[in-house]
Amino acid sequence: MSTTVERPRTQQELNYLNIDYSWKSWLLTTDHKRIAILYLVSITAMFFVGGLFATLIRLELLTPRGDLVSDDTYNKFFTMHGIIMIFFFLIPSIPAVLGNFLIPIMVGAKDLAFPRINLLSWYLYIVGAIFTLGAVVSGGVDTGWTFYPPFSSTYSNTYVMATALGVFIAGFSSILTGLNFIATIHKMRAPGMTWSRLPLFVWSNYATSLIQILGTPVLAITLLLLAAERIAHVGIFDPSIGGDPILFQHLFWFYSHPAVYIMILPGMGVISELVTAFSRKRIFGYGFVAFASIAIAVIGFLVWGHHMFVTGQSLYAGMYFSLLSFAVAVPSAIKVFNWTATMYRGSISWDTPMLYAFGFIGLFTIGGLTGLFLATLGLDVHVTDTYFVVAHFHYVMVGGMVMAYLGGLHFWWPKISGRMYPEGWAKFAALVVFAGFNLTFFPQFIVGYQGMPRRYHAYAPEFQVLNVLSSAGASILGLGYLIPLIYMLWSLKYGKRASANPWGAVGLEWTVPSPPPWDNFPQTPVVTWEAYQYHKPWQPEVEVGR
Amino acid sequence: MAVDTNLEEIHGPELRHHFETPDQQVETSTIGMWTFLVTEIMFFSGMFAAYAIFRSLYHDAFASTSKYMDVVVGAINTAVLICSSFTMVMAVRAARLGMRNMIVLFLILTMLLGLVFLGVKAYEYHHKWVEHLVPGFNFHYEEAKYERHAAIFFFLYFMMTGMHAMHMVVGEGLLATLLVMAWRGRFTAKWNTPVDMIGLYWHFVDIIWIFLFPLLYLIGQRA
Amino acid sequence: MEPHFSLWPEVASKHAANIDYLFIFLCVVSIIMTAGIFVTVFWFAMKYRRRSPDEIPPYIHGSWKLETAWSVLPFLVMLVMFGWGVKLYFDAYTSPPNALDVYVVGKQWMWKVQYPEGQQEINELHVPAGRPIKLTMASEDVIHSFFIPELRIKRDVVPGYFNSISFTATKPGRYHLFCAEYCGTQHSGMVGWVTVMDPAEYENWLASGGTGSMASQGEKLFQQLGCSTCHLLDQQGRCPVLRNVYGSPVKLDDGRTVIADDAYIRESVLDPNAKIVAGFKPDIMPTFQGQISEEGMMQLIAYIKSLTGPPRPPIGAADTGQTYGGGRFGGPGTPENSNAGATAPAPIGPTPITERPQPPRTSPERNR
Repeated sequence: MSTTVERPRTQQELNYLNIDYSWKSWLLTTDHKRIAILYLVSITAMFFVGGLFATLIRLELLTPRGDLVSDDTYNKFFTMHGIIMIFFFLIPSIPAVLGNFLIPIMVGAKDLAFPRINLLSWYLYIVGAIFTLGAVVSGGVDTGWTFYPPFSSTYSNTYVMATALGVFIAGFSSILTGLNFIATIHKMRAPGMTWSRLPLFVWSNYATSLIQILGTPVLAITLLLLAAERIAHVGIFDPSIGGDPILFQHLFWFYSHPAVYIMILPGMGVISELVTAFSRKRIFGYGFVAFASIAIAVIGFLVWGHHMFVTGQSLYAGMYFSLLSFAVAVPSAIKVFNWTATMYRGSISWDTPMLYAFGFIGLFTIGGLTGLFLATLGLDVHVTDTYFVVAHFHYVMVGGMVMAYLGGLHFWWPKISGRMYPEGWAKFAALVVFAGFNLTFFPQFIVGYQGMPRRYHAYAPEFQVLNVLSSAGASILGLGYLIPLIYMLWSLKYGKRASANPWGAVGLEWTVPSPPPWDNFPQTPVVTWEAYQYHKPWQPEVEVGR
Repeated sequence: MAVDTNLEEIHGPELRHHFETPDQQVETSTIGMWTFLVTEIMFFSGMFAAYAIFRSLYHDAFASTSKYMDVVVGAINTAVLICSSFTMVMAVRAARLGMRNMIVLFLILTMLLGLVFLGVKAYEYHHKWVEHLVPGFNFHYEEAKYERHAAIFFFLYFMMTGMHAMHMVVGEGLLATLLVMAWRGRFTAKWNTPVDMIGLYWHFVDIIWIFLFPLLYLIGQRA
Repeated sequence: MEPHFSLWPEVASKHAANIDYLFIFLCVVSIIMTAGIFVTVFWFAMKYRRRSPDEIPPYIHGSWKLETAWSVLPFLVMLVMFGWGVKLYFDAYTSPPNALDVYVVGKQWMWKVQYPEGQQEINELHVPAGRPIKLTMASEDVIHSFFIPELRIKRDVVPGYFNSISFTATKPGRYHLFCAEYCGTQHSGMVGWVTVMDPAEYENWLASGGTGSMASQGEKLFQQLGCSTCHLLDQQGRCPVLRNVYGSPVKLDDGRTVIADDAYIRESVLDPNAKIVAGFKPDIMPTFQGQISEEGMMQLIAYIKSLTGPPRPPIGAADTGQTYGGGRFGGPGTPENSNAGATAPAPIGPTPITERPQPPRTSPERNR
């Protein structure tokens, strides 16, 4: 077991962190909480690598001429920024860190359904990351994260194969995580924990897992087909050998559109938890929010063609995809309204996690609404492939998802680490992030409508003012991300020790010590209360109607 | 680091610590394996979709390839796989009855049948190689007008049957593991989940072949 | 156009103005929604701020009425956006019948523009104001995208396809042309200018240049590549007559009828056995894959388009093998062409459609 400890620990003081300090106990762990920490460390590292590329991009874009780095180098920067951020940060982030840590505890189980597969999942992520980072340091890849042939199969002279292999392997990590969550949520709920009592964080991750298992394998086979084409010069995408490049786009987006819901749904789940905890109130419309997650997952599989409105695909296909893209916005809107309504007559505390939740609600609303601009056929013809799209997806991914991730990390930090983070610095960092984010990305809507295409190393001079604003914002945003890194690390040693339930929140995770013991619950809990039961038994239900 | 609980004494060492009852463990494994098979279906579906599209675009070229596909050999392979699914079912049954020797026998039979399939496939691949029907390696098609599109057919043929064969090789590895465990008497009437689960996987691999065979071998046979 | 900072691109056509109206509509809806959410959240956050640690908020479950209202009403607004967007989409991608044709080839990393009258330009497009223009676009290599922000139009240029786009510019001026689909190293250098001119100026400009019209270039190719040996223009021999074929229906040997448009002609040249005209044998016409560039293809099509004239016997009605002895163009009928009967093998392996020479092909030994 453990090697040396400073003083003997009593049974009560043993938790999942201090029960064993050896390397083996960490690298061969099957404890879902330790695996969550392993993921936390890895994806934080990848986030900053991706962020480094973003910094270099924004530095280059300060001036209209391509004068900082060469064309090829710049093309590698945006490709690698996209690949690392999407496949190695956004897709795993909340599920692999917060989901892994919390889902067993939230359903009342001692671990996930398949703990060893969970560990395998992390190792696959690491192997995938090694291949991709290997490609990066060997010279990089310049196809764009979308890998469109014939450029990626026949014309690119960069490390496409190594990168595609890294993404392929990381995809299996994602699939296994989803598989684990599905089995856990179906079969490992404690007695009394019915589906309608599950925290919405669990519902969101369940919907995410459905997408992971249905969509990711299609990406896998698409990358394999692309690899065969690149290696053997035979295949189904290159028109000079009888293939069709549009087929690649269909196969690719069949996964990659649902993938964006893999990225946002867990974030929405976090926001449901934050809004309820910091309003001390039951979520408004539990059933609607839960089913909205499922609806997003299902409809999300039916809209991929909206990435291809200008490719020459049939105009009628365009109509179908456009209509469904509007449809998928409805459940997202329902969630935003329900979160807002939850705050009505709540008891609202302005702690840092709630600040991130406010930020999410505002920025996701903007990001989601700009998605409607892109779903509108005639308008999309003008704005697609411009910075308008770049701004849209950064609003939902960074203004949405990353803020939800930070909010969740702050909310559950006491549970994960047993320490409180410094609230003053945390609030400050949240404001810096919000301000920096908006300054970075709002100008991009404007410059995109003006016609600045994306993936441009050099651009027309009249776009410079807005680009300078954007780069200035990026420097502030970067600072905003560095501050939590520092104080979270600081808090591990010097932060105030946390009680089991520092926020006064409702949920099974707040009934176990901070940090939890290795097996979560000495005895399996029996659940007799509703989700978000903040009210007292003698309180009548208040009708809200119109 | 295992903490002994009463459960282990009651239910035996196979019950992992995070499950309450053996039934929960079996049900969880089952749902896990079925979910995994769904991912496998989605994995193959990309290739089936590509096949469907090119088949409808290049109908005649695809139909013309059937004369280079040996239906008899393909049918033999199909029969071999179906038999191997049967022997696998028998192995699962034997496991549920705790009959060690029967489990071993039927696992060996299943593995042998699987190896026969792979051997026949290797023979077919070699034949195609000799006939210059491997795209990218001196591909040459007799009916020149169909050559480009036939190359797409054969590309998909090799990708789909190749992926399938890879899954069979993995299956053979899994069966070998089961064989070792069965030999050591690990499977009893009370606990035989791995045999069950790998049986599901084996049946799935069989079903994929049942779809591949008519699509790849039989389309133009009538003409 | 002098580059200067502005918040809005120029409006160079009616379509651009229409797009702007739709955009403004969406902006207004978005601002209302966003402001509504921001204000409500902020107001609730202030009004219901926790005053004491023991506060217990009321137990509010939900409301079917509200949920329905805020699902249905936004969706109705979205349907307006949808319908309006569909209208403008069809506007952008359907071309009026009297459009002026211009041909564009995208290749790494330049735009080659060809006019029917023969001018060729690189990275420049000149068009008259007030007339509908139809651009027919092809790619020599990877996917590109032709984007004119001030006209609010864009379409991908995909290898293996002809994609077209139409517009009617109304405001003379010089506007940006950008490649909008990442295509490699100098993607951001694949830019140019679109000059919209008064019609009179345009006529002057047209008259001033040109190496010979596209159709005449196409005619040269038609001779060079040996098409004229089989495809007698008015006589029917082994091959279908080409006069007046462009744009008319063609009956195929499998019973289908297709329209002989640009894509049909391109396919007939590159993959002749894909569609066989009724009454003719397959395996007669060899493929020209690898022997003709996309520009050459457009010139050839322009030539075939120019072959109009007195009515001729409908294609497909003639018997196979019937020849006209001594037709208008003289000669004893279909000349013997030693290549006509051979089936040249179509090349396999990367053969980008350029004028690069084909790799030598050897027929491998086959024993079966």
